[in-house]
Amino acid sequence: MTLTVVAWTVAGWLVLVGALGIVRSRDLVHTVVALSVAQSGTYVLLIAAGFQRGATVPILGAGGAGSSPVVDPLVQAMVLTDIVVSATVTALLLALTIQIAKRHGTVDPDELRALRG
Amino acid sequence: MSRLRLVLFGLGAVGLAVLWVVATTGLPPVGTDVHPYRDAAVAAAAAHATANVVSSINFDQRTFDTLGEETILLASVVAVTTLLRPADDERVEPPDPPPAVLPATRLAGWALLPVTLLVGADVVLHGHLTPGGGFQGGVVLATALHLLYLAGSFPALQWVRPTRWAPLLEPAGSGLFVVVGLAGLVVGAGFTAEFLPPGVLGAPLSSGTVLLLNVVAGVGVGAAVVSLLGQFLRQEIVIGPGAAP
Amino acid sequence: MNTVDVLAPVAVTGPVLLACLVLVAGRWLPRPVIDAVALAGAVGLAVCGALLVHATLAGDAVTWLGGWTPPPGAHPVGIALVVDPAAGGLVVLVGVLAAGALLFSWRYFASVEARFHGLVLLFSAGMTGFVLAGDLFTMLVFFELMGAVAYALAAYKIEEPRSLQGGLTFGVVNSLGAYLALCGIGVLYARTGQLSLAYVGETLAGARPDGPAVVGIVLVLVGWLVKAAAVPFHFWLADAHAVAPTPVCVLFSGVMAPLGVYGVVRVSAVAAPEVPALRGVLVVVGAVTAVLGAVLCVVQRNLKRLLAYSTIAHIGLFLVGATDGGARAWLVYLAGHAGVKAALFLLVGGLLARFGSVDEIDLHGAGRTGDPADRVAAALYVVAALALAGLPPFGAGLGKAALEESVPGALVPVVVGTSVVTAAAVLRAGLRVFYGVGPRPERRVDLERTSGEGEERETTGRLRHATATMLAAPALLLAAAAVVGVLPLIGRVGALAGERLADGGAYRAAVLGTGAVAGAVPEPVSWHPPGVVTGVLTTAAAVVLALLVLVSGRVPARRRRPVRRAIGPVVLGLERLHSGHVGDYVAWLLFGAAVIGIAVAAPTLG
Repeated sequence: MTLTVVAWTVAGWLVLVGALGIVRSRDLVHTVVALSVAQSGTYVLLIAAGFQRGATVPILGAGGAGSSPVVDPLVQAMVLTDIVVSATVTALLLALTIQIAKRHGTVDPDELRALRG
Repeated sequence: MSRLRLVLFGLGAVGLAVLWVVATTGLPPVGTDVHPYRDAAVAAAAAHATANVVSSINFDQRTFDTLGEETILLASVVAVTTLLRPADDERVEPPDPPPAVLPATRLAGWALLPVTLLVGADVVLHGHLTPGGGFQGGVVLATALHLLYLAGSFPALQWVRPTRWAPLLEPAGSGLFVVVGLAGLVVGAGFTAEFLPPGVLGAPLSSGTVLLLNVVAGVGVGAAVVSLLGQFLRQEIVIGPGAAP
Repeated sequence: MNTVDVLAPVAVTGPVLLACLVLVAGRWLPRPVIDAVALAGAVGLAVCGALLVHATLAGDAVTWLGGWTPPPGAHPVGIALVVDPAAGGLVVLVGVLAAGALLFSWRYFASVEARFHGLVLLFSAGMTGFVLAGDLFTMLVFFELMGAVAYALAAYKIEEPRSLQGGLTFGVVNSLGAYLALCGIGVLYARTGQLSLAYVGETLAGARPDGPAVVGIVLVLVGWLVKAAAVPFHFWLADAHAVAPTPVCVLFSGVMAPLGVYGVVRVSAVAAPEVPALRGVLVVVGAVTAVLGAVLCVVQRNLKRLLAYSTIAHIGLFLVGATDGGARAWLVYLAGHAGVKAALFLLVGGLLARFGSVDEIDLHGAGRTGDPADRVAAALYVVAALALAGLPPFGAGLGKAALEESVPGALVPVVVGTSVVTAAAVLRAGLRVFYGVGPRPERRVDLERTSGEGEERETTGRLRHATATMLAAPALLLAAAAVVGVLPLIGRVGALAGERLADGGAYRAAVLGTGAVAGAVPEPVSWHPPGVVTGVLTTAAAVVLALLVLVSGRVPARRRRPVRRAIGPVVLGLERLHSGHVGDYVAWLLFGAAVIGIAVAAPTLG
């Protein structure tokens, strides 16, 4: 019961607090990191969805396949994909931040005034 | 304006929190033993003699997702290379002489290099048996190369010239991944289908295409990480203001 | 193996393979070879899509990749690609628009080592994968692929500050939307134990919807609505379009954003048949998007931004049509709109190459050079603007007429009003720039609004004449839009595709292999006399409105003031909300997600 509450709460909390980080950000590097904080909520969500009490790693032949259950390997595969996506998006947005720092002379979102209306 | 922003966020966050409670209270408790997909995936992995079920999902049952993931990586390398190119008003300067590195750092770098290469290769080649695989091993392999940076060994790096081959190796790896997928189509078994003998569960040469795709992905991911870090380092070290020559 | 087993995976991976090829060999191959290879890939993709449509006219086709076809009653472990005429048709659209963009970029567009070509091919692959995926997580993977390429394409011009800001905002907002969708997928997985869209739908079908089902689906739909740029998730689109290179805008506006609507329709039809409140909420979102897009379209002076808001308005109409009775009409409208809008973006790209600006006021009369190529461009622009208003026989007009026939009466004014107002704004700008109609507006420094001056060129230098390929690309796309309107085959297939897309039951039956459910063959979309009349009338209304606006520049200032005093502050307030600030956009994203979620969940869960 407690584990259930903690897992779902932490997952939701991370997504929202990451979004709050973007909303209140004064530095684009902070914005990009806040975005990956929001994404880490999805890792917690997925791993929690695939967890089983007392289950072992999803490797056949280790710990005796068939004798004891394994945790859901699918969510682990999804998280692996998710992590790769996170890394690539972070790299892309940081590359943009470097160029913004050069062209705008600032990385404060409040000072970027090139687009409006 | 920023007041409005916070108010909007607050209302949205409260609303989403309520929805989140509605959603999660209706779910089975965390730790439940009902996992129908797990049961099916474990059986499927055993049928194809792949000990690591996560690898079986990534490189056999749901290879298409991994192909997409590999393509995202390729796209991000091309994208970062495009975004960090020298602009019209910038030029590529010769790098400053490397700063002196502590002998201890140098020693650590050189000592860790063979170990890291070995671990990386191990993680890739045993990805079908033990935790790991092409993605994880590829990152470890890329780390090995960057130990040379840390050790301050610029002559060694200039000899290796990662910025030359990595941007070519990464599309080559992605392309090979597609080719392996298409090979299944050519032999008539369907796209991304297993077309190699699966072997015996737990043997070094088992799991058919999973091992092959792990190697291809390891090459692609390693080259991708080298290219990405290389672009950021190049931005820092050799690109400076001034008109292109 | 049948045709679909081969063609569906090849449609996704073929462009990836070609992209790898041009990226590896790009530094040695001469530019025309790279151009030709990429163009051949795009055309091949369109052909592939046409064959997929042909193969699925009788019923949806499913191919389980890797030989993982689940035995009857078993839990699936593999990924299915599911093809129906709507999916095949959208693949054709991706191919045609990518070909148009590449043709326009022929030789002159600055591409370093074929990277632009590689990105366009990867972008096409991402969109194709999203369309054909029959699995929620696969949809998300290709959604992210589309995104990663699109952020880079939007910020392609790294010398331009605006371009970088627009790219970053686009990246942050779309990524957060994708993460919300992933949360939804996680909840649906925890609830059903399935990732395959059809199996999720089958598990949820027949029962009273519960909390996780409703919230999970809403979160997935919010992710797709961010891509669709529905209000209040639309902010990124105007910024990204205003800054992206014009050939890229063709793909963004013509197909990428509309794919969000496709995703919404697909997921809600297959997985949420028991949530009637969803339809009402989507119609409201669509109608608000249409009206807001039209209002903001009128006040723009940056031509690309003006076209971007017109796209937002039309996406609102697609959403309205797809969810409220216009299932047979909206895909035809989408195809017709794509051709016309793509042609308009490319013509604006021609202006940028010729005159180095995309600002309506700055360029007043600039197109009157007497150069024959410029005259052709001017004529094409005016025809495209009229086609956007609904002029027969173009496809946009046909789709609009069919939409007016199918949606409830209360929504007809929204459809008519939106198309007249946006077309009038597009026409006004064109008449000013190409023909110098009306007095030259005073040039003022505009702090509230993005101008179109100082935009970086996309070509390798200033062009003295518009090149043949630069004119051929928009002309061909406009011709394609006319073909959509004229060829009865398209009206027949479009109606069938729309109805089948809305029929989630047939989709589930096809994937589960429980026997095909034969749907009724819908009435083809074709021109009827009332549709022709309203098409001509809305076109005339757009022309009159555009001329009125142009002439009103001659009205003494004190006579105009009452009007301006009445609506000015409202419009200005709306414009100020579009602050370009990524924090504002994210706050709106969360707020909109919560409002949509509660509006759907409250009546459904009681």
